[in-house]
Amino acid sequence: MSKNKKTAIVLLIIVVAIAVIPLFALKGAEFGGSDDAGSVMIEQIQGDYTPWFTPVLETLLGGELPGEVESMIFCIQTGIGVGIFAFIMGRLYERKRLGKENQDL
Amino acid sequence: MNKKPRRIITFISVLAIFFGIVPTASAMHIMEGYLPPSYCILWGVLCIPFLASGLYSINKSMEKDRKALILLAMAGAYIFVISSLKIPSVTGSCSHMTGTGLGAILFGPAAASILGLIVLIFQAILLAHGGLTTLGANTFSMAIAGPLLSFGIYQLCKKLNIDRKVSVFLAASLGDLFTYCVTSIQLAFAYPSEQGGVFVSALKFLSVFAPTQLPLAIIEGILTVIVIMGMESYAKNELAAVGFMKEV
Repeated sequence: MSKNKKTAIVLLIIVVAIAVIPLFALKGAEFGGSDDAGSVMIEQIQGDYTPWFTPVLETLLGGELPGEVESMIFCIQTGIGVGIFAFIMGRLYERKRLGKENQDL
Repeated sequence: MNKKPRRIITFISVLAIFFGIVPTASAMHIMEGYLPPSYCILWGVLCIPFLASGLYSINKSMEKDRKALILLAMAGAYIFVISSLKIPSVTGSCSHMTGTGLGAILFGPAAASILGLIVLIFQAILLAHGGLTTLGANTFSMAIAGPLLSFGIYQLCKKLNIDRKVSVFLAASLGDLFTYCVTSIQLAFAYPSEQGGVFVSALKFLSVFAPTQLPLAIIEGILTVIVIMGMESYAKNELAAVGFMKEV
């Protein structure tokens, strides 16, 4: 295995560790990523605060976006990104493998 | 129990208690409707010159060399992936990264602002995450201020002859952190504390955002290094075309 590959693998392991350790170290924590968490701080400083504008989508739906649907849209976002990224990376890899590195993609 | 595990557990508990005091809040974009209209307009207007120069800069690098296109697509895709992943952090809440550092390192801060804007619009419309009214402020923090700092740090490291991997790491992670510093300041301007005003308020917001974001900034730095490593081994010509590497 090349040195680069080894470094990449070690780095990836570190990334996973940083992301996963809090999950186990802080058992019972909420891990809420909700938008209202930030607004708590605003209310602390400002007193009661009513947002003056609701998201267009929520107005159309007449309520909040269901959690499951929200995670689906987040997945779509990830999917679009990974799709483009992996497609290009695959073509680049193959180009090198075929020894055509000087050709344009 | 042995001495060592006990010490580790004590350490972790202290850490947990310490972070437990910090109110659970997520470091994310400014929510829809949470910024007074005058500030929405102010930040929006501030973004326009950057976005305009971004379009110009992307056009220019495309005209100069079509090879740049695939790297631009990758930088954009990278932001899409990275900003969609909400990652648990030491404070017991989740946050996500920005991903704009890569674009800034490869294409400069102006081009990165356009890439960031695309993602912010996607999230504001489809996910009610961030918002259309706060789009200006969020664009300024995530797509302009962050990349600007990333770019600056990368150029500085280059001048100082620091190892490329280290400079990429520093640029990406500090750019990520800086994004949330700017968000805190933006919120503080809109919501100055009754005692102490903007400054105290900024510290308050920062104390909520910074501890959550710190580990994520490290992750972003590492991931960006990995991506750059991949590009270095498979896309040398393209990197040379955008001026990241010398001609091979």
